[in-house]
Amino acid sequence: MTLTAADVTYPGARRPDRRRRVEADGVGIAVSEWGDEAAPPLLLAHGGFDFAGTFDVFAPMLADAGWRVVSWDHRGHGDSDHVHLYNWSADTRDALAVLDSTTREPVPVIGHSKGGGLMLQLSEACPHRVTHYVSIDGLPTPHPHPDVADHERTRLLGKELDDWLGHRRRIATAVRKPGTIEDLAKRRQRMNPRLSDEWLQYLVTVGGREDADGWRWKIDPALRFGGFGPHRPQWTLARLPCLSPKMLAFLGMQPEPMGWGARPADIEPFLPAGARLEVFEDVGHFVHIERPRDVADVVLDFIGRR
Amino acid sequence: MSVSMLRHGKVDLALHELRAGTGRPLLLLHGLGERSPEKVPADVEAWNGPVHALDFTGHGGSTITIGGGYTPEILMADVDAALLHLGSATLFGRGLGGYVALLATGSHPTEVHGTIITDGPGMHGAGPTPGSALIVRVQPGEPGPPDPFALAELSHDVRPPDYATSFVRAATQLSPLPEPICVCGTSRPAWLEAVVDEPGVREATVAAALAMYGAD
Repeated sequence: MTLTAADVTYPGARRPDRRRRVEADGVGIAVSEWGDEAAPPLLLAHGGFDFAGTFDVFAPMLADAGWRVVSWDHRGHGDSDHVHLYNWSADTRDALAVLDSTTREPVPVIGHSKGGGLMLQLSEACPHRVTHYVSIDGLPTPHPHPDVADHERTRLLGKELDDWLGHRRRIATAVRKPGTIEDLAKRRQRMNPRLSDEWLQYLVTVGGREDADGWRWKIDPALRFGGFGPHRPQWTLARLPCLSPKMLAFLGMQPEPMGWGARPADIEPFLPAGARLEVFEDVGHFVHIERPRDVADVVLDFIGRR
Repeated sequence: MSVSMLRHGKVDLALHELRAGTGRPLLLLHGLGERSPEKVPADVEAWNGPVHALDFTGHGGSTITIGGGYTPEILMADVDAALLHLGSATLFGRGLGGYVALLATGSHPTEVHGTIITDGPGMHGAGPTPGSALIVRVQPGEPGPPDPFALAELSHDVRPPDYATSFVRAATQLSPLPEPICVCGTSRPAWLEAVVDEPGVREATVAAALAMYGAD
């Protein structure tokens, strides 16, 4: 029997209490909020290829401790607008637009994976706007590639360029492949192999849409996992000791396709004074999904209960 | 002069034919904030074939995006769209267009028959490493072209020398030319300084470079 949205639930998952849109330089950004609107706000940023709904279990735990949890779908993700172009700079602008729309007071910021990187950039660029920075498996390793010979590196670059340009040539007409809820969950499991069928099926119902020919992920088909460019992870780590807000970082040690492979020994030399590192040995990249209660408790100890 | 509109993703690109003819075309790539010239510039008048010029995304007659998102790599894919239309071409890039031409040569080592890099706006980017963290914003409602987001973002991209030389090596490994890249002009930001030190890169005048790549 094929599942329908009405068949799918997940224990502890709670849809946002409020939803709104922010216009960020003409781009419509879908914002989700959990908790009392009058409570002190915090910002919660999802990772690449995710959406605010991936916090449907974790965010309510923070909200129930007295916080107004503000998250948003990055451009091209979830219910935010699909746009002409995507880059890191634009994502940081959108994050700041969401913060501007929420408060001018400094707030705690929390980010998973790519969201952790975005919140780090926000914390560095606008230290007066951030009280606490929490990274959930969102810090890079300084050793992203094994040592390879120069000619092999050149060959790898050539293949990467061919693949990326091939993708660019297709996106004018690209559409996401339709399927059942089970189909989309299975496809996502290739990138999220540690997450349960029940959770992934739930995600389809909040991060997908049902068309006449089946369910599709809402994410813009122009977006592509991976890529190339001049950025070096060492640059991120080198700036970490200068960070102004208080810092807490989680690492999930079980390797996963979407994980960044950072080890404690990679991170510790760069942590700012007083920073706290929490290592979960038996958990993968999606620490807050595998162990939401444990992560929420550590976060609440760090930022406080209201 | 005629204009062809090419599709790159969700963007329409204006490709201008400045001079018709047979043989391998010369493709002009403008600098940051510029647009394609209306006629063949004097310094490339000696080219012995057709001459085309591409307006990058956010510039000239090409689409201005909503909310920015520009990178030199995206402009490299603009050149990919032009090369799909033209076939083999020699590239002539000014400033930012020179950097993008280098990336396009590394990604199209057999389609690009020589690349000429000359001085022009946007040659430096943000330098070889990032400075203090910055969120690049523009004043709302600023008119374009050029897109103010293009001006802001494409003047803040980081250009590590070893990133630039990786494209030189990708070009020289597969190009049929012994020297597929020619650097003209006098500006030498760190990325270009590293490029000219690589095997397969020549420093020459524009006239000499045009003669070299136009000879066969």
